[in-house]
Amino acid sequence: MSRRIQEHPILEFPRTKEITIVFEGRELVAHEGDTVASALIANGIDVLRDSMSLHRPRGLFCAIGNCSSCLMVINGVPNTRACVTPVSQGMTVERQRDKGMMP
Amino acid sequence: MIFTDVMVIGGGPAGMNAALTAAESGAQVLLVDKFQKLGGQLVKQTHKFFGWADRGAGTRGFNLAKQLAAQVNAHPNIKTLLGYEVIGGYPDQTYLAASWEDHVKISAKKAVICTGAAERMILFENNDLPGVMGAGAVQTLMNEYGVLPGESFLIVGSGNVGVILAYQLLQAGAHVDAVIDVLPKLGGAYWVHAAKVQRLGVPLLLRRTVLGVYGTEHVEEAVTAEVGENMEPVAGTEMHHKVDVVALAVGLMPLTDLFQMLQVRTEYIPELGGFVPWHDELGHTTNPNVYVAGDAGGIEEATTASLGGSIAGLVAAKELGFPVDENRIQEYLRALSSFRESSLSKKVLEGIERMRGDSNA
Ligand SMILES: Cc1cc2nc3c(=O)[nH]c(=O)nc-3n(C[C@H](O)[C@H](O)[C@H](O)COP(=O)(O)OP(=O)(O)OC[C@H]3O[C@@H](n4cnc5c(N)ncnc54)[C@H](O)[C@@H]3O)c2cc1C
Ligand code: FES
Repeated sequence: MSRRIQEHPILEFPRTKEITIVFEGRELVAHEGDTVASALIANGIDVLRDSMSLHRPRGLFCAIGNCSSCLMVINGVPNTRACVTPVSQGMTVERQRDKGMMP
Repeated sequence: MIFTDVMVIGGGPAGMNAALTAAESGAQVLLVDKFQKLGGQLVKQTHKFFGWADRGAGTRGFNLAKQLAAQVNAHPNIKTLLGYEVIGGYPDQTYLAASWEDHVKISAKKAVICTGAAERMILFENNDLPGVMGAGAVQTLMNEYGVLPGESFLIVGSGNVGVILAYQLLQAGAHVDAVIDVLPKLGGAYWVHAAKVQRLGVPLLLRRTVLGVYGTEHVEEAVTAEVGENMEPVAGTEMHHKVDVVALAVGLMPLTDLFQMLQVRTEYIPELGGFVPWHDELGHTTNPNVYVAGDAGGIEEATTASLGGSIAGLVAAKELGFPVDENRIQEYLRALSSFRESSLSKKVLEGIERMRGDSNA
């Protein structure tokens, strides 16, 4: 089942242009205007990173850039908040599994 | 470096109104918000707002945001900087705002901080598992990006936010397993929404807490139990909920980082949501160049945030020497106190009294 809302009594979600992002080597369809997190979640991907010491899976928590639960490696840059980073064509996205090193 | 008379941080109802009144008084205003869109909490709300009609009650939240944003964008004295988060404030009235790509330095004679609030977390087993989210996060995904993060939802907290979230989820076509609350009665004031949600078949389970969530990579099940008089879970009352999202609507706390950076004294006032910057009715904090309005100064609602913003904007402009009609300030103050006369504001008023009292002690 698609996680994108198809019909809504009050809101409209005009379908924007589809673009491709590359998540862990896999091509995924995202929509222009998505954040990395909304695009991944729309594709059924809930685990965004591993916690630093216990390596427990972590997902979205606040969605507005307050909590750091969604840090990912985006276009090679670690510690990037997926929930406030807009997608762009060809963007590479990886789960972060450690503290992250500067490229 | 951007130079401005007044910088307003946060573009919710408080910030937009502060920007408007300061600009109408003749000040040059820079309005900064970390989100790409003006409106704050309002952009995520599909319901008709409660509150005072003069301040938009009866209008759906996101439309209210649009109306205010149109006024802001039309005002020649207001510049907006969207997608930039203010991450630093320094003693010489300079600030640093950063976006995903770059950063700018801002020099502002006065700053009105209207950063709103962050959601609270509670303790239970595996509360870090993906699928456990703030209620606001679910709203953002669903109402802003049109994405539902799951199929079946358990909502923890029956205050306004929890109940409205349940209603919005039903609108979006999701299944809401239940709304639970530890308290013996409904949390919020919006019983109209609560009644609607119940009519639509969502159980409201009171005196119940969440013990834990289980699943390998994300939530597959949540376990809740009744609580006794001492708020401890009662054995044998467990319920297993087949849900993939647990949304926490357990309260908000003001975002106070910037105040602390700017040497503003903060006080712990539970009635206002936790640590709040000390402030008077005009929005003055203990730093003469820093003002506050809206939820950042204490969790309340959109009407009071708007009025507080209008006041702080006028006061900041006046203290920079712009001509401001004193009657306008008094009028907003009267509106604020008459709005707060309702019993729903009792707690907030107690909190405000305590905050002001503390400071004299
Ligand atoms: C589900 C829900 C339903 C509600 N229903 C009602 C209702 O019916 N009636 C009512 O009156 N009220 C309602 N409210 C409450 C109301 O939305 C808030 O009280 C009001 O939005 C507070 O306004 P504000 O301007 O203080 O903060 P917000 O609206 O939270 O805006 C704060 C803004 O600051 C920005 N920001 C934060 N930090 C920074 C930074 N460092 N740099 C740049 N920008 C920053 C944020 O991005 C945000 O845009 C509801 C709230 C919720 C969550
Ligand atoms: S989910 Fe909280 S910072 Fe992204």
